[in-house]
Amino acid sequence: MNKISDILQNMDYGLAPESDDIAREWIATHKGRFGHFINGKFTKPSAKTFKVSSPIDGKKIAEFSLGTKSDVNSAANTAKKALASWAQTSGHQRARYLYALARLVQKHSRLLAVLETIDNGKPIRETRDIDIPLVARHFYHHAGWAQLLDSEFPGHRGVGVCGQIIPWNFPLLMLSWKVAPALAAGCTIVLKPAEYTPLTAMVFAQLCNEAGLPPGVFNIVNGDGSTGAAITEHKTFDKIAFTGSTDVGRIIRKTTAGTGKKLSLELGGKSPFIIYDKADIDSAVEGIVDAIWFNQGEVCCAGSRALVQEGIAEKFYTKLKARMEKLRVGNPLDKSVDMGSVVHPTQLANIKKRVEEGVSSGAQLWQPKWSGGNKGFVGGASIKGCYYPPTLFTEVQPASLLAREEIFGPVIVATTFRTPDEAVALANDSRYGLSASIWSQSLDIAFDAAKKMKAGIVWINSTNMLDASAGFGGYKESGFGREGAREGMMEYLVPEWQKAASRITPSKKLPNATPARGDGNAIDRTAKFYIGGKQTRPDSGYSFPVLNAGGKVISEAGLGNRKDIRNAVEAAHKAAGWSAMTGHQRAQVLYFLAENLETRRDEFIARLVEMTGDNIKKATREFDASINRVFHYAAWTDKYDGDVRAPQGNMLVLSLKESWEVIAISCPDEAPLLSFLSLALPAIAMGNRIVITPSQAHPLIAADLYQVFDTSDIPGGVINIVMGDRNELADTMAKHDDIAAHWYFGCEKGSKMVEFESAGNLKATWVNNGKARDWYDEAQGAGEEFLFRAVRFKNIWTPFGV
Amino acid sequence: MSTTQTSKADGKLALSPEPQTSRDLVTLAPAFKRNEGIELTAQLFESVEVNLSAVIRRASTLTTRRSVKKQWQAAWLIKAIGIIDLTTLAGDDTPGRVKRLCAKAKNPLRTDLLEAIGLKPGSVTTGAICVYPTMVATAVDALKGTNIPVASVATGFPAGLTPLAQRLAEVKYAVAKGANEIDMVITRAHVLGGNWRALYDEVSAIRKACGEAHLKVILATGDLKTLTNVYKASMVSMMAGGDFIKTSTGMEGVNATLPVSLTMVRAIRDYHDATGLKVGFKPAGGVKTAKDALAWLILMKEELGRDWLEPELFRIGASSLLGDIERQIEHYVTGRYSASYRHAMG
Repeated sequence: MNKISDILQNMDYGLAPESDDIAREWIATHKGRFGHFINGKFTKPSAKTFKVSSPIDGKKIAEFSLGTKSDVNSAANTAKKALASWAQTSGHQRARYLYALARLVQKHSRLLAVLETIDNGKPIRETRDIDIPLVARHFYHHAGWAQLLDSEFPGHRGVGVCGQIIPWNFPLLMLSWKVAPALAAGCTIVLKPAEYTPLTAMVFAQLCNEAGLPPGVFNIVNGDGSTGAAITEHKTFDKIAFTGSTDVGRIIRKTTAGTGKKLSLELGGKSPFIIYDKADIDSAVEGIVDAIWFNQGEVCCAGSRALVQEGIAEKFYTKLKARMEKLRVGNPLDKSVDMGSVVHPTQLANIKKRVEEGVSSGAQLWQPKWSGGNKGFVGGASIKGCYYPPTLFTEVQPASLLAREEIFGPVIVATTFRTPDEAVALANDSRYGLSASIWSQSLDIAFDAAKKMKAGIVWINSTNMLDASAGFGGYKESGFGREGAREGMMEYLVPEWQKAASRITPSKKLPNATPARGDGNAIDRTAKFYIGGKQTRPDSGYSFPVLNAGGKVISEAGLGNRKDIRNAVEAAHKAAGWSAMTGHQRAQVLYFLAENLETRRDEFIARLVEMTGDNIKKATREFDASINRVFHYAAWTDKYDGDVRAPQGNMLVLSLKESWEVIAISCPDEAPLLSFLSLALPAIAMGNRIVITPSQAHPLIAADLYQVFDTSDIPGGVINIVMGDRNELADTMAKHDDIAAHWYFGCEKGSKMVEFESAGNLKATWVNNGKARDWYDEAQGAGEEFLFRAVRFKNIWTPFGV
Repeated sequence: MSTTQTSKADGKLALSPEPQTSRDLVTLAPAFKRNEGIELTAQLFESVEVNLSAVIRRASTLTTRRSVKKQWQAAWLIKAIGIIDLTTLAGDDTPGRVKRLCAKAKNPLRTDLLEAIGLKPGSVTTGAICVYPTMVATAVDALKGTNIPVASVATGFPAGLTPLAQRLAEVKYAVAKGANEIDMVITRAHVLGGNWRALYDEVSAIRKACGEAHLKVILATGDLKTLTNVYKASMVSMMAGGDFIKTSTGMEGVNATLPVSLTMVRAIRDYHDATGLKVGFKPAGGVKTAKDALAWLILMKEELGRDWLEPELFRIGASSLLGDIERQIEHYVTGRYSASYRHAMG
């Protein structure tokens, strides 16, 4: 059949298989049986193992030890033991190791690529041209951060022992995203690869030995979800980094709540892919191919929701279908396929289920003719591999499951829009916010949409572009924390002073909300709330007595409840204009605030003395520090700004620092004026609007402050103040799904509660775990972390050229 | 389309769409309808904009997404020979030089190599010979008894800035001498100035002068600079009746590139979608290696389809390309790397 004369007629591509001999030999040298990698050694395979099969043909390729609690414990202890000397290793020395790893990955690139393809089912083209080069790139980039750590991150140290759990869709790439910054920061690691795809991590372990990385610095425990759970529950870890599903992310958030572990989560997505009428349509069609038919659609940032402007929709769908007819699905080792196999039969079943749901929801299914019609499976039952054809749904309503749930397969769901505003609204109508792809030749339309996307990554006229210098991570329920770039390094660092922090003095229980004044002598004044720029009475209709240091009632304050918080959040959302103001405009407001505060200096000092029992000298010091802090953030307002990266020629990445929109803040009792301002100011300086509960012991300071806010042109709704029991109000805030971030400074129990309850909408939380900080100290009271926590990063990829 | 499943010995499967029908030159010819052109229709191109970076991305992954190896590669290279416009366009061209080239066009591959891959001697020729107008007569004579067409550049090649009357006269001269195909150059100023009517009229006039000879319209894309210009010039040239659109004279600073070619073949596709008419494509200049030829064949198959792998709709303008293909085919046959002196000069 394959005679040259025949081929001249049919002009088929034929077979172009990449040999997997060397990869199979590598597996054979381990007899196909693997344990863990602990303290620089491969452990013997244990009695309890799990089977790893290649999705190419369903055949078993290896067996791996199923990591137990005791395995995790052993790895964690090893990593802990290795930490002291590794953290002391100079940045330069660590840079040398990272550079060596980058070079070793390049030297063994084909072995890694082929193994990855056998294990995961993704085309060799992708592992060879995308995955593995990006892995090397990541190690190079982080060799740089190791070298520069001391000068670029003064006052910081590595967080410690890291537990890292990675997914199966980009096995080695996700390893590099986790491992490289941790090593650069001087952390030690226990990594758990996904149970479907553990092979390349074992080669990487070998490379670590080859690079001479000290034993114990990098460890692997293989296993499934139970092993991952054992890692997240283990007390030794100072940091957990997870990439995977939003559901598991939520569980990890809850598991680690209150443990003091740092956490970064890179979770699911349902990212929009918007095609405007002024787009290069053929290129946008190709963009869809790169978005959803890349890695069989098993990509968290895949553009999976196509939004097409009505006027061009028909033309676009016609071209897209024609393109789909040309796609080739098959053995991923063949160099002429666009899609290989889905990772596992379970995942294939998930995809099929979603597609069936879509069909019954009334959406229009379309698959290429070569796939055998709308049966949803290429090639019939004789194939043991997990193949699924490229699939298009049109007329997908936003309410349909197809438009809302992540499918994690080669399925694009399309709907139309009428105007640019509607495109943005549809794009943001999702619990997720990982990425967005925008196709328009109009600079105005593209940038307007990019700015309005609630997503961590925006690609203009491009899609699925990745680089170590551009942080990766999402908004909303796509998780928090970034991987890559400077902001990614911050996830593995903590301020130096923290290890010496002492415990906070617990707040006294709030007095009963009953009339308590008896001397008939005090000022007749009740501190109200400040919501939407207005003084408001508590919804509860209760007030609680405010005591001075001597226990004497000096006033009363409204007792806030759930509804007050709800109203405050609504008011904060309405004040969106604040976020749109320029840094200079916000700076002017803050300087004016300092000016107005200064004119009431004596009054504030007297109030501090009255409330806290501090002497005048101490109260004056707090007041002066407060004024200083207002100036500090007025200064930063127009300077803590985004920057530009250039990861490729003809490509600029605008790295923006955007506000979270609405942040909840629970203030501590100590230094009630200074701590309130130290928390409120960086938040509003960066354009956030806040719902803040002042010191529960000294709420009067907030009542004084809102009068100053009023006279300082701070727009109503930017700062919303509700008084009452810190933890009770924090509980409502943590459970409020329209708050994006929550800063909590109180007791250990409250810290745990805030982290636990924030799992609902995966707020970015910042809690003190019951630790005190010296608000007067520059590093503790106004360090970089305040501004860093006040922003979220959005990277806008903007290619250009004529 | 049917899905072919090719089983390998180890049980792995390659699933892929393959063309609906196999076809050959003989079956194509009667069905082939020459592009007669249409009225200048601005809405088909005026609002189109081409995004350079996205086009570059697609072009750069075309050849990483598709690979032809072993006997498929040998067959594809034979196919490539059949679509070469074997070209000599130099100031020192002589009848002797042209005759030598024609001899090579008739027998582009050593007979022993042809036999080794199961093809009949004489069954493979180049797509055409491409010469200056004054060499047409020599070429026609040298190719007597074959089906190899003679193409002539004309219209004041390569700048195209001689007066229209002279350009028309030159076309008529070449056709009168027996040229089957005319490779014209456009007035780049019409494109740079956005004067689409002038471009349309110019190409229409030349097309008329061609008579039965097929017209290839050289856009000189290296001079047009932007891909949006390339797209629009492609569309107007097709509307005016060009049988082929061609990238370059070979004399511009930048000749045939994959991104430019991708833009042009997408224009061909859009024109076909709008009119049902098939227009051919010819990259010229810069296609030097067997690997390059495969890249362009892949481009045609992926973006346009099987029909565009035949000389009626695809040519490559080249002079040195053939030599590399010969060496690669010898390597396929013998497993040994070849040397250029083992193959006859053209």
